Amino acid sequence: MQIDTTYSVATPEGIHLHLTPAGPIPRIYAWSIDIFIRVFLYIGIGFTARLLGNFGAGLGLIVIFIIEWFYPVFFEVLYNGQTPGKKMFNLYVAQENGAPVSIGSSMVRNIIRFIDFFPLLYGFAFVSMMLSDKFQRLGDLAANTVVLYRPDNSTHSLSNEELDTIKPQHPPFALTPKEQQSIINFSHRMHRLHHDRSDELARLTGDLVRDQKHPAQYLQAIANSLTGKV
Amino acid sequence: MSNIKQEPFIARHQAQWEQFENWLAYKQSPRQWQRKHGEQVTPPTLEDMPRQYRQICHHLAIANTRMYSPLLIKRLDHMVTQGHQHLYEIRTHFLRSISRYFTRTFPALIRQEWRLLVIASLLFYVPFFAMLIGLQFYPDMVYSVLDGSSVRSIESMYDPSLHERFGREREADSDVLMFGHYILNNTSIDFRTFAGGLFFGIGTLFYTLFNGVYIGAVAGHLTQLGYIDTFWGFVSGHASLELTALVFSAAAGLKLGAAIIRPGRKSRIRALIDNGKISMNIMYGTATMTIMAAFVEAFWSSIAWMPLVVKYSVSALLWALVISYFVWMGRNRAA
Repeated sequence: MQIDTTYSVATPEGIHLHLTPAGPIPRIYAWSIDIFIRVFLYIGIGFTARLLGNFGAGLGLIVIFIIEWFYPVFFEVLYNGQTPGKKMFNLYVAQENGAPVSIGSSMVRNIIRFIDFFPLLYGFAFVSMMLSDKFQRLGDLAANTVVLYRPDNSTHSLSNEELDTIKPQHPPFALTPKEQQSIINFSHRMHRLHHDRSDELARLTGDLVRDQKHPAQYLQAIANSLTGKV
Repeated sequence: MSNIKQEPFIARHQAQWEQFENWLAYKQSPRQWQRKHGEQVTPPTLEDMPRQYRQICHHLAIANTRMYSPLLIKRLDHMVTQGHQHLYEIRTHFLRSISRYFTRTFPALIRQEWRLLVIASLLFYVPFFAMLIGLQFYPDMVYSVLDGSSVRSIESMYDPSLHERFGREREADSDVLMFGHYILNNTSIDFRTFAGGLFFGIGTLFYTLFNGVYIGAVAGHLTQLGYIDTFWGFVSGHASLELTALVFSAAAGLKLGAAIIRPGRKSRIRALIDNGKISMNIMYGTATMTIMAAFVEAFWSSIAWMPLVVKYSVSALLWALVISYFVWMGRNRAA
Protein backbone atom coordinates (compact mmCIF):
# COMPACT_ATOMS: atom_id res chain seq x y z
CA MET A 1 0.00 0.00 0.00
CA GLN A 2 1.22 3.44 -0.85
CA ILE A 3 1.17 5.92 1.98
CA ASP A 4 3.16 8.75 0.44
CA THR A 5 2.90 10.69 -2.84
CA THR A 6 6.09 9.34 -4.40
CA TYR A 7 5.67 8.16 -7.96
CA SER A 8 8.14 6.57 -10.29
CA VAL A 9 9.09 7.28 -13.87
CA ALA A 10 10.81 4.79 -16.16
CA THR A 11 13.84 6.19 -17.96
CA PRO A 12 15.55 5.07 -21.17
CA GLU A 13 18.32 3.57 -19.01
CA GLY A 14 15.89 0.97 -17.76
CA ILE A 15 15.55 2.20 -14.21
CA HIS A 16 12.88 4.02 -12.27
CA LEU A 17 13.26 7.51 -10.91
CA HIS A 18 11.43 8.08 -7.64
CA LEU A 19 9.95 11.56 -7.50
CA THR A 20 8.13 13.13 -4.58
CA PRO A 21 5.73 16.00 -5.40
CA ALA A 22 5.40 18.78 -2.86
CA GLY A 23 2.03 19.71 -1.42
CA PRO A 24 0.48 23.13 -0.92
CA ILE A 25 2.08 24.05 2.42
CA PRO A 26 5.78 24.08 1.46
CA ARG A 27 4.79 25.72 -1.80
CA ILE A 28 2.98 28.49 0.04
CA TYR A 29 6.13 29.06 2.12
CA ALA A 30 8.29 29.19 -1.01
CA TRP A 31 5.84 31.52 -2.72
CA SER A 32 5.84 33.86 0.28
CA ILE A 33 9.62 34.15 0.13
CA ASP A 34 9.43 34.93 -3.58
CA ILE A 35 6.71 37.53 -3.14
CA PHE A 36 8.76 39.11 -0.37
CA ILE A 37 11.78 39.36 -2.67
CA ARG A 38 9.64 40.80 -5.43
CA VAL A 39 8.04 43.45 -3.25
CA PHE A 40 11.50 44.35 -2.02
CA LEU A 41 12.65 44.74 -5.65
CA TYR A 42 9.61 46.85 -6.52
CA ILE A 43 10.31 49.21 -3.65
CA GLY A 44 13.94 49.49 -4.77
CA ILE A 45 12.82 50.20 -8.34
CA GLY A 46 10.32 52.76 -7.10
CA PHE A 47 12.99 54.71 -5.23
CA THR A 48 15.49 54.60 -8.09
CA ALA A 49 12.83 55.58 -10.62
CA ARG A 50 11.84 58.59 -8.55
CA LEU A 51 15.40 59.94 -8.79
CA LEU A 52 15.32 59.69 -12.58
CA GLY A 53 11.98 61.45 -13.15
CA ASN A 54 9.51 60.43 -15.83
CA PHE A 55 12.13 58.68 -17.89
CA GLY A 56 13.04 56.54 -14.89
CA ALA A 57 9.40 55.92 -14.11
CA GLY A 58 8.91 54.57 -17.62
CA LEU A 59 11.91 52.29 -17.34
CA GLY A 60 10.72 51.25 -13.89
CA LEU A 61 7.36 50.19 -15.29
CA ILE A 62 9.08 48.11 -17.96
CA VAL A 63 11.26 46.43 -15.34
CA ILE A 64 8.21 45.79 -13.15
CA PHE A 65 6.45 44.23 -16.12
CA ILE A 66 9.39 41.91 -16.70
CA ILE A 67 9.68 40.93 -13.02
CA GLU A 68 5.95 40.46 -12.63
CA TRP A 69 5.64 37.94 -15.45
CA PHE A 70 9.12 36.49 -15.87
CA TYR A 71 10.71 36.29 -12.42
CA PRO A 72 9.74 32.64 -11.91
CA VAL A 73 10.51 31.71 -15.52
CA PHE A 74 14.00 33.16 -15.26
CA PHE A 75 14.89 31.15 -12.16
CA GLU A 76 13.11 27.96 -13.11
CA VAL A 77 14.87 27.72 -16.45
CA LEU A 78 18.34 28.92 -15.46
CA TYR A 79 18.66 27.72 -11.86
CA ASN A 80 17.69 24.04 -11.93
CA GLY A 81 13.97 24.71 -11.57
CA GLN A 82 14.38 26.67 -8.36
CA THR A 83 13.24 30.20 -7.61
CA PRO A 84 14.95 31.58 -4.49
CA GLY A 85 11.89 30.62 -2.41
CA LYS A 86 11.83 27.09 -3.78
CA LYS A 87 15.55 26.76 -3.18
CA MET A 88 15.09 27.72 0.44
CA PHE A 89 12.50 24.99 0.94
CA ASN A 90 14.32 22.41 -1.15
CA LEU A 91 11.74 22.28 -3.92
CA TYR A 92 12.21 22.36 -7.67
CA VAL A 93 10.08 22.44 -10.79
CA ALA A 94 10.49 19.66 -13.33
CA GLN A 95 8.55 18.15 -16.19
CA GLU A 96 6.25 15.38 -15.02
CA ASN A 97 8.70 12.77 -16.32
CA GLY A 98 11.54 14.16 -14.20
CA ALA A 99 13.27 16.01 -17.04
CA PRO A 100 14.31 19.64 -16.48
CA VAL A 101 11.55 22.16 -17.05
CA SER A 102 11.56 23.69 -20.55
CA ILE A 103 11.19 27.40 -21.29
CA GLY A 104 7.81 26.85 -22.90
CA SER A 105 6.44 24.87 -19.96
CA SER A 106 7.77 27.38 -17.48
CA MET A 107 6.09 30.21 -19.40
CA VAL A 108 2.78 28.35 -19.53
CA ARG A 109 2.71 27.50 -15.84
CA ASN A 110 3.59 31.04 -14.82
CA ILE A 111 1.14 32.83 -17.08
CA ILE A 112 -1.67 30.52 -16.02
CA ARG A 113 -0.71 31.42 -12.45
CA PHE A 114 -3.05 34.35 -13.07
CA ILE A 115 -6.01 31.95 -13.26
CA ASP A 116 -4.70 29.83 -10.39
CA PHE A 117 -4.84 32.94 -8.25
CA PHE A 118 -8.63 33.17 -8.68
CA PRO A 119 -10.99 33.48 -6.95
CA LEU A 120 -8.95 34.50 -3.94
CA LEU A 121 -5.30 33.81 -3.08
CA TYR A 122 -4.78 30.72 -5.23
CA GLY A 123 -8.24 29.23 -4.67
CA PHE A 124 -8.30 27.35 -7.96
CA ALA A 125 -4.70 26.26 -7.48
CA PHE A 126 -5.57 24.77 -4.10
CA VAL A 127 -8.60 22.87 -5.38
CA SER A 128 -6.65 21.63 -8.38
CA MET A 129 -3.77 20.46 -6.17
CA MET A 130 -6.13 18.61 -3.88
CA LEU A 131 -7.79 16.85 -6.80
CA SER A 132 -4.66 15.84 -8.70
CA ASP A 133 -2.51 13.01 -7.43
CA LYS A 134 0.71 14.95 -7.99
CA PHE A 135 -0.34 18.22 -6.34
CA GLN A 136 -0.47 20.03 -9.66
CA ARG A 137 -2.11 23.42 -9.92
CA LEU A 138 -3.86 24.37 -13.16
CA GLY A 139 -0.69 25.88 -14.60
CA ASP A 140 1.19 22.66 -13.85
CA LEU A 141 -1.49 20.59 -15.54
CA ALA A 142 -1.34 22.69 -18.70
CA ALA A 143 2.46 22.80 -18.73
CA ASN A 144 2.88 19.13 -17.74
CA THR A 145 5.10 20.09 -14.81
CA VAL A 146 5.34 19.15 -11.14
CA VAL A 147 6.94 20.73 -8.10
CA LEU A 148 9.17 18.11 -6.47
CA TYR A 149 11.16 17.72 -3.31
CA ARG A 150 14.87 17.63 -3.84
CA PRO A 151 16.00 14.80 -1.58
CA ASP A 152 18.93 15.62 0.63
CA ASN A 153 21.39 12.79 0.93
CA SER A 154 23.69 14.38 3.44
CA THR A 155 22.04 13.17 6.66
CA HIS A 156 22.45 9.43 6.24
CA SER A 157 25.82 7.86 6.39
CA LEU A 158 26.31 4.30 5.31
CA SER A 159 29.09 3.53 7.77
CA ASN A 160 29.50 4.02 11.47
CA GLU A 161 32.92 3.35 12.92
CA GLU A 162 31.85 2.02 16.29
CA LEU A 163 29.34 -0.46 14.88
CA ASP A 164 31.50 -1.48 11.96
CA THR A 165 34.03 -3.04 14.31
CA ILE A 166 31.57 -5.65 15.55
CA LYS A 167 32.72 -9.03 14.34
CA PRO A 168 30.47 -10.41 11.56
CA GLN A 169 28.47 -13.51 12.44
CA HIS A 170 26.50 -15.80 10.19
CA PRO A 171 22.78 -15.98 10.90
CA PRO A 172 21.85 -19.28 12.64
CA PHE A 173 19.38 -20.15 9.89
CA ALA A 174 18.59 -18.95 6.36
CA LEU A 175 16.88 -15.56 6.10
CA THR A 176 14.64 -14.43 3.27
CA PRO A 177 15.82 -11.42 1.25
CA LYS A 178 13.15 -9.25 2.91
CA GLU A 179 14.35 -10.26 6.35
CA GLN A 180 17.96 -9.63 5.37
CA GLN A 181 17.03 -6.18 4.15
CA SER A 182 15.19 -5.33 7.36
CA ILE A 183 18.18 -6.34 9.44
CA ILE A 184 20.57 -4.30 7.32
CA ASN A 185 18.20 -1.37 7.49
CA PHE A 186 18.01 -1.72 11.26
CA SER A 187 21.78 -1.78 11.56
CA HIS A 188 22.02 1.53 9.69
CA ARG A 189 19.63 3.20 12.07
CA MET A 190 20.94 1.65 15.26
CA HIS A 191 23.39 4.41 16.07
CA ARG A 192 20.54 6.88 16.30
CA LEU A 193 18.67 4.82 18.92
CA HIS A 194 19.19 4.39 22.62
CA HIS A 195 20.70 1.03 23.67
CA ASP A 196 17.58 -0.16 25.50
CA ARG A 197 15.35 0.89 22.65
CA SER A 198 17.45 -0.84 20.02
CA ASP A 199 17.53 -4.03 22.13
CA GLU A 200 13.77 -3.81 22.50
CA LEU A 201 13.34 -3.48 18.75
CA ALA A 202 15.82 -6.26 18.09
CA ARG A 203 13.86 -8.66 20.33
CA LEU A 204 10.94 -8.35 17.91
CA THR A 205 12.83 -10.72 15.62
CA GLY A 206 11.89 -13.56 18.04
CA ASP A 207 13.68 -16.83 17.37
CA LEU A 208 16.68 -15.14 15.86
CA VAL A 209 17.76 -13.46 19.10
CA ARG A 210 16.17 -15.77 21.70
CA ASP A 211 19.36 -16.66 23.59
CA GLN A 212 21.22 -13.40 23.06
CA LYS A 213 22.23 -11.04 25.85
CA HIS A 214 22.67 -8.07 23.51
CA PRO A 215 20.20 -8.69 20.70
CA ALA A 216 20.87 -5.40 18.95
CA GLN A 217 24.60 -6.03 18.79
CA TYR A 218 23.93 -9.53 17.57
CA LEU A 219 21.74 -8.22 14.75
CA GLN A 220 24.47 -5.76 13.88
CA ALA A 221 26.91 -8.65 13.65
CA ILE A 222 24.54 -10.49 11.33
CA ALA A 223 24.09 -7.34 9.28
CA ASN A 224 27.86 -6.98 8.99
CA SER A 225 28.03 -10.50 7.70
CA LEU A 226 25.15 -9.97 5.28
CA THR A 227 26.66 -6.82 3.78
CA GLY A 228 30.01 -8.55 3.54
CA LYS A 229 32.09 -6.52 6.00
CA VAL A 230 35.33 -8.15 6.92
CA MET B 1 30.27 -11.04 -12.03
CA SER B 2 29.37 -13.08 -9.06
CA ASN B 3 26.63 -12.07 -6.69
CA ILE B 4 28.78 -9.92 -4.43
CA LYS B 5 27.65 -8.53 -1.12
CA GLN B 6 26.93 -4.92 -0.36
CA GLU B 7 30.19 -3.82 1.23
CA PRO B 8 32.52 -5.02 -1.53
CA PHE B 9 30.06 -3.54 -4.03
CA ILE B 10 30.31 -0.16 -2.32
CA ALA B 11 34.08 -0.43 -2.01
CA ARG B 12 34.38 -1.17 -5.72
CA HIS B 13 32.38 1.85 -6.89
CA GLN B 14 32.79 4.33 -4.06
CA ALA B 15 35.40 6.40 -5.87
CA GLN B 16 33.26 6.78 -8.98
CA TRP B 17 30.20 7.71 -6.95
CA GLU B 18 32.04 10.29 -4.92
CA GLN B 19 33.38 11.87 -8.07
CA PHE B 20 29.91 11.93 -9.58
CA GLU B 21 28.34 13.41 -6.46
CA ASN B 22 31.01 16.06 -6.27
CA TRP B 23 30.33 16.99 -9.87
CA LEU B 24 26.58 17.13 -9.21
CA ALA B 25 27.13 19.36 -6.20
CA TYR B 26 29.18 21.71 -8.33
CA LYS B 27 26.59 21.75 -11.12
CA GLN B 28 23.80 22.35 -8.66
CA SER B 29 25.34 25.47 -7.23
CA PRO B 30 28.83 26.44 -8.41
CA ARG B 31 29.09 29.30 -5.95
CA GLN B 32 28.27 27.20 -2.88
CA TRP B 33 30.71 24.57 -4.06
CA GLN B 34 33.48 27.12 -4.40
CA ARG B 35 32.75 28.53 -0.95
CA LYS B 36 32.93 25.06 0.56
CA HIS B 37 36.09 23.95 -1.19
CA GLY B 38 37.94 27.27 -1.39
CA GLU B 39 38.33 29.55 -4.38
CA GLN B 40 41.64 28.03 -5.46
CA VAL B 41 40.31 24.52 -6.00
CA THR B 42 39.58 23.90 -9.67
CA PRO B 43 35.97 22.90 -10.35
CA PRO B 44 35.42 19.19 -10.96
CA THR B 45 34.94 17.90 -14.46
CA LEU B 46 33.39 14.63 -15.43
CA GLU B 47 34.74 12.59 -18.27
CA ASP B 48 32.07 11.13 -20.55
CA MET B 49 29.17 12.01 -18.27
CA PRO B 50 26.52 10.01 -20.22
CA ARG B 51 28.56 6.82 -19.85
CA GLN B 52 29.16 7.33 -16.14
CA TYR B 53 25.49 8.16 -15.68
CA ARG B 54 24.46 4.93 -17.36
CA GLN B 55 26.87 2.97 -15.22
CA ILE B 56 25.35 4.43 -12.08
CA CYS B 57 21.88 3.61 -13.42
CA HIS B 58 23.15 0.08 -13.75
CA HIS B 59 24.45 0.13 -10.18
CA LEU B 60 21.03 1.27 -8.99
CA ALA B 61 19.34 -1.55 -10.87
CA ILE B 62 21.76 -4.08 -9.32
CA ALA B 63 21.29 -2.63 -5.84
CA ASN B 64 17.54 -2.91 -6.31
CA THR B 65 17.47 -6.53 -7.46
CA ARG B 66 19.92 -7.64 -4.78
CA MET B 67 17.95 -5.77 -2.15
CA TYR B 68 20.88 -3.85 -0.83
CA SER B 69 20.33 -1.43 1.99
CA PRO B 70 17.63 1.17 1.32
CA LEU B 71 20.14 3.83 2.31
CA LEU B 72 22.46 2.79 -0.49
CA ILE B 73 19.54 2.62 -2.92
CA LYS B 74 18.44 6.05 -1.84
CA ARG B 75 21.89 7.43 -2.43
CA LEU B 76 22.07 5.93 -5.91
CA ASP B 77 18.53 7.04 -6.67
CA HIS B 78 19.46 10.58 -5.75
CA MET B 79 22.50 10.50 -8.01
CA VAL B 80 20.45 9.16 -10.89
CA THR B 81 17.62 11.67 -10.48
CA GLN B 82 20.07 14.56 -10.44
CA GLY B 83 22.10 13.13 -13.28
CA HIS B 84 18.93 12.72 -15.31
CA GLN B 85 18.30 16.45 -14.95
CA HIS B 86 21.72 17.28 -16.35
CA LEU B 87 21.84 14.67 -19.08
CA TYR B 88 18.45 15.66 -20.46
CA GLU B 89 19.01 19.37 -20.07
CA ILE B 90 17.51 21.31 -22.94
CA ARG B 91 20.12 22.89 -25.14
CA THR B 92 18.79 25.10 -27.92
CA HIS B 93 20.28 27.61 -30.26
CA PHE B 94 18.49 30.58 -28.88
CA LEU B 95 18.98 33.03 -31.74
CA ARG B 96 18.30 30.48 -34.41
CA SER B 97 15.10 29.33 -32.78
CA ILE B 98 13.94 32.94 -32.46
CA SER B 99 14.53 33.70 -36.11
CA ARG B 100 12.86 30.46 -37.10
CA TYR B 101 9.92 31.35 -34.89
CA PHE B 102 9.27 34.70 -36.54
CA THR B 103 9.95 33.60 -40.08
CA ARG B 104 7.95 30.38 -39.97
CA THR B 105 6.35 29.07 -36.82
CA PHE B 106 4.35 32.08 -35.69
CA PRO B 107 2.66 33.06 -38.98
CA ALA B 108 2.13 29.40 -39.88
CA LEU B 109 0.47 28.76 -36.53
CA ILE B 110 -1.88 31.71 -37.01
CA ARG B 111 -2.93 30.35 -40.39
CA GLN B 112 -3.36 26.89 -38.92
CA GLU B 113 -5.68 28.20 -36.21
CA TRP B 114 -7.77 30.34 -38.59
CA ARG B 115 -11.07 29.03 -37.23
CA LEU B 116 -10.33 30.23 -33.72
CA LEU B 117 -9.06 33.48 -35.19
CA VAL B 118 -12.41 34.07 -36.91
CA ILE B 119 -14.28 33.44 -33.66
CA ALA B 120 -11.90 35.66 -31.69
CA SER B 121 -12.22 38.46 -34.28
CA LEU B 122 -16.00 38.28 -34.13
CA LEU B 123 -15.89 38.36 -30.31
CA PHE B 124 -13.91 41.57 -30.41
CA TYR B 125 -15.03 43.40 -33.54
CA VAL B 126 -18.80 42.80 -33.32
CA PRO B 127 -19.21 44.60 -29.97
CA PHE B 128 -16.60 47.13 -31.06
CA PHE B 129 -18.47 48.18 -34.20
CA ALA B 130 -21.85 47.83 -32.50
CA MET B 131 -20.78 50.37 -29.88
CA LEU B 132 -19.03 52.59 -32.41
CA ILE B 133 -22.08 52.82 -34.68
CA GLY B 134 -24.69 52.72 -31.93
CA LEU B 135 -23.20 55.72 -30.15
CA GLN B 136 -23.60 57.88 -33.26
CA PHE B 137 -27.38 57.52 -32.88
CA TYR B 138 -27.73 57.19 -29.12
CA PRO B 139 -24.86 59.24 -27.64
CA ASP B 140 -26.06 58.79 -24.06
CA MET B 141 -25.42 55.08 -24.27
CA VAL B 142 -21.78 55.79 -23.42
CA TYR B 143 -22.76 56.25 -19.77
CA SER B 144 -24.02 52.70 -19.58
CA VAL B 145 -20.44 51.53 -20.21
CA LEU B 146 -18.25 54.24 -18.65
CA ASP B 147 -18.87 56.42 -15.65
CA GLY B 148 -18.89 60.21 -15.86
CA SER B 149 -15.36 60.85 -14.64
CA SER B 150 -13.82 58.31 -17.06
CA VAL B 151 -15.71 59.95 -19.91
CA ARG B 152 -14.37 63.35 -18.90
CA SER B 153 -10.78 62.16 -18.59
CA ILE B 154 -10.95 60.44 -21.98
CA GLU B 155 -12.40 63.59 -23.53
CA SER B 156 -9.55 65.66 -22.11
CA MET B 157 -6.97 63.26 -23.55
CA TYR B 158 -8.15 63.87 -27.11
CA ASP B 159 -9.19 67.51 -26.87
CA PRO B 160 -8.18 69.10 -30.22
CA SER B 161 -6.95 72.16 -28.32
CA LEU B 162 -3.97 70.13 -27.10
CA HIS B 163 -1.10 70.89 -29.34
CA GLU B 164 1.98 69.08 -28.09
CA ARG B 165 1.12 65.52 -27.15
CA PHE B 166 -2.21 63.80 -27.00
CA GLY B 167 -3.69 60.52 -25.89
CA ARG B 168 -2.60 61.42 -22.35
CA GLU B 169 -4.11 63.01 -19.34
CA ARG B 170 -1.33 65.47 -18.62
CA GLU B 171 1.09 67.11 -21.00
CA ALA B 172 3.96 66.42 -18.65
CA ASP B 173 3.98 62.65 -19.03
CA SER B 174 7.07 61.70 -20.98
CA ASP B 175 7.19 59.27 -23.88
CA VAL B 176 9.25 56.75 -21.96
CA LEU B 177 6.86 56.81 -19.03
CA MET B 178 3.97 56.10 -21.36
CA PHE B 179 5.97 53.38 -23.12
CA GLY B 180 6.44 51.59 -19.81
CA HIS B 181 2.82 52.13 -18.91
CA TYR B 182 1.55 50.71 -22.23
CA ILE B 183 3.79 47.66 -22.03
CA LEU B 184 2.78 46.81 -18.47
CA ASN B 185 -0.87 47.46 -19.12
CA ASN B 186 -1.47 46.05 -22.58
CA THR B 187 0.70 42.96 -22.33
CA SER B 188 -0.87 42.09 -19.00
CA ILE B 189 -4.30 42.39 -20.63
CA ASP B 190 -3.13 39.99 -23.35
CA PHE B 191 -1.79 37.48 -20.83
CA ARG B 192 -4.98 37.62 -18.79
CA THR B 193 -7.15 37.17 -21.84
CA PHE B 194 -5.06 34.13 -22.70
CA ALA B 195 -4.99 32.60 -19.23
CA GLY B 196 -8.72 33.18 -18.83
CA GLY B 197 -9.25 30.54 -21.51
CA LEU B 198 -8.38 27.83 -19.02
CA PHE B 199 -11.66 28.46 -17.24
CA PHE B 200 -13.72 26.78 -20.01
CA GLY B 201 -12.91 29.75 -22.24
CA ILE B 202 -15.18 31.98 -20.18
CA GLY B 203 -12.38 34.26 -19.00
CA THR B 204 -11.26 34.84 -22.57
CA LEU B 205 -14.84 35.46 -23.66
CA PHE B 206 -15.32 37.99 -20.90
CA TYR B 207 -12.10 39.92 -21.48
CA THR B 208 -12.51 39.99 -25.26
CA LEU B 209 -16.14 41.11 -25.24
CA PHE B 210 -15.39 43.62 -22.50
CA ASN B 211 -12.49 45.11 -24.47
CA GLY B 212 -14.63 45.23 -27.61
CA VAL B 213 -17.40 47.08 -25.82
CA TYR B 214 -15.05 49.38 -23.92
CA ILE B 215 -12.82 50.36 -26.82
CA GLY B 216 -15.89 50.67 -29.06
CA ALA B 217 -17.54 52.97 -26.53
CA VAL B 218 -14.50 55.23 -26.28
CA ALA B 219 -14.10 55.38 -30.05
CA GLY B 220 -17.82 55.93 -30.62
CA HIS B 221 -18.09 58.65 -28.04
CA LEU B 222 -15.09 60.63 -29.28
CA THR B 223 -16.21 60.27 -32.90
CA GLN B 224 -19.64 61.53 -32.00
CA LEU B 225 -18.07 64.52 -30.23
CA GLY B 226 -16.17 65.33 -33.40
CA TYR B 227 -12.68 64.62 -32.03
CA ILE B 228 -12.06 62.65 -35.18
CA ASP B 229 -8.63 63.92 -36.15
CA THR B 230 -7.10 63.72 -32.72
CA PHE B 231 -8.55 60.35 -31.74
CA TRP B 232 -8.32 58.43 -34.99
CA GLY B 233 -5.06 60.12 -35.83
CA PHE B 234 -3.69 58.85 -32.52
CA VAL B 235 -4.95 55.28 -32.52
CA SER B 236 -4.61 54.49 -36.21
CA GLY B 237 -0.83 54.19 -35.90
CA HIS B 238 -0.69 51.30 -33.46
CA ALA B 239 -4.17 49.81 -33.94
CA SER B 240 -2.98 47.26 -36.49
CA LEU B 241 -0.48 45.74 -34.05
CA GLU B 242 -2.38 46.17 -30.83
CA LEU B 243 -5.86 45.06 -31.87
CA THR B 244 -4.48 42.14 -33.84
CA ALA B 245 -2.47 41.07 -30.80
CA LEU B 246 -5.61 41.31 -28.67
CA VAL B 247 -7.47 39.07 -31.10
CA PHE B 248 -4.54 36.63 -31.12
CA SER B 249 -4.52 36.37 -27.33
CA ALA B 250 -8.24 35.68 -27.47
CA ALA B 251 -7.62 32.95 -30.04
CA ALA B 252 -4.88 31.47 -27.82
CA GLY B 253 -7.23 31.58 -24.83
CA LEU B 254 -9.97 29.86 -26.81
CA LYS B 255 -7.47 27.19 -27.80
CA LEU B 256 -6.92 26.47 -24.09
CA GLY B 257 -10.64 26.46 -23.45
CA ALA B 258 -11.22 24.13 -26.39
CA ALA B 259 -9.00 21.54 -24.74
CA ILE B 260 -11.40 21.37 -21.82
CA ILE B 261 -14.70 21.78 -23.63
CA ARG B 262 -13.87 19.67 -26.65
CA PRO B 263 -10.82 17.47 -26.03
CA GLY B 264 -11.70 15.16 -28.94
CA ARG B 265 -10.16 11.72 -28.61
CA LYS B 266 -7.57 12.78 -26.05
CA SER B 267 -7.96 13.00 -22.31
CA ARG B 268 -8.65 16.54 -21.10
CA ILE B 269 -5.23 16.80 -19.49
CA ARG B 270 -3.44 15.58 -22.61
CA ALA B 271 -5.45 17.98 -24.79
CA LEU B 272 -4.64 20.81 -22.39
CA ILE B 273 -0.92 20.07 -22.55
CA ASP B 274 -0.94 19.89 -26.36
CA ASN B 275 -3.09 22.98 -26.83
CA GLY B 276 -1.11 24.79 -24.16
CA LYS B 277 2.04 24.38 -26.24
CA ILE B 278 0.33 25.74 -29.35
CA SER B 279 -1.27 28.67 -27.58
CA MET B 280 1.96 29.55 -25.78
CA ASN B 281 3.64 29.64 -29.17
CA ILE B 282 1.00 32.12 -30.29
CA MET B 283 1.52 34.19 -27.14
CA TYR B 284 5.25 34.75 -27.69
CA GLY B 285 4.51 36.54 -30.95
CA THR B 286 1.49 38.28 -29.51
CA ALA B 287 3.47 39.74 -26.63
CA THR B 288 6.13 40.92 -29.10
CA MET B 289 3.46 42.63 -31.19
CA THR B 290 2.00 44.35 -28.14
CA ILE B 291 5.41 45.66 -27.13
CA MET B 292 5.92 46.95 -30.69
CA ALA B 293 2.50 48.56 -30.52
CA ALA B 294 3.43 50.21 -27.22
CA PHE B 295 6.55 51.61 -28.86
CA VAL B 296 4.59 53.08 -31.76
CA GLU B 297 1.93 54.40 -29.40
CA ALA B 298 4.40 56.14 -27.10
CA PHE B 299 6.85 57.59 -29.61
CA TRP B 300 4.89 58.04 -32.84
CA SER B 301 1.13 58.12 -32.36
CA SER B 302 1.32 60.82 -29.73
CA ILE B 303 3.15 63.41 -31.87
CA ALA B 304 0.52 66.12 -32.30
CA TRP B 305 2.11 68.21 -35.03
CA MET B 306 2.48 65.33 -37.50
CA PRO B 307 0.20 65.96 -40.52
CA LEU B 308 -2.76 63.60 -40.58
CA VAL B 309 -1.97 62.45 -44.11
CA VAL B 310 1.33 61.05 -42.87
CA LYS B 311 -0.29 59.39 -39.88
CA TYR B 312 -3.00 57.70 -41.92
CA SER B 313 -0.52 56.58 -44.57
CA VAL B 314 1.72 55.03 -41.93
CA SER B 315 -1.30 53.36 -40.41
CA ALA B 316 -2.34 51.92 -43.77
CA LEU B 317 1.21 50.75 -44.36
CA LEU B 318 1.35 49.00 -40.98
CA TRP B 319 -1.99 47.29 -41.55
CA ALA B 320 -0.75 46.09 -44.93
CA LEU B 321 2.48 44.82 -43.36
CA VAL B 322 0.72 43.00 -40.54
CA ILE B 323 -1.79 41.35 -42.86
CA SER B 324 0.73 40.33 -45.49
CA TYR B 325 3.09 38.98 -42.83
CA PHE B 326 0.45 36.60 -41.56
CA VAL B 327 -0.82 35.70 -45.01
CA TRP B 328 2.48 35.03 -46.76
CA MET B 329 5.34 34.67 -44.31
CA GLY B 330 6.82 31.21 -44.02
CA ARG B 331 4.70 29.59 -46.72
CA ASN B 332 6.13 26.97 -49.11
CA ARG B 333 8.73 25.89 -46.61
CA ALA B 334 8.91 22.77 -44.62
CA ALA B 335 7.70 23.86 -41.21
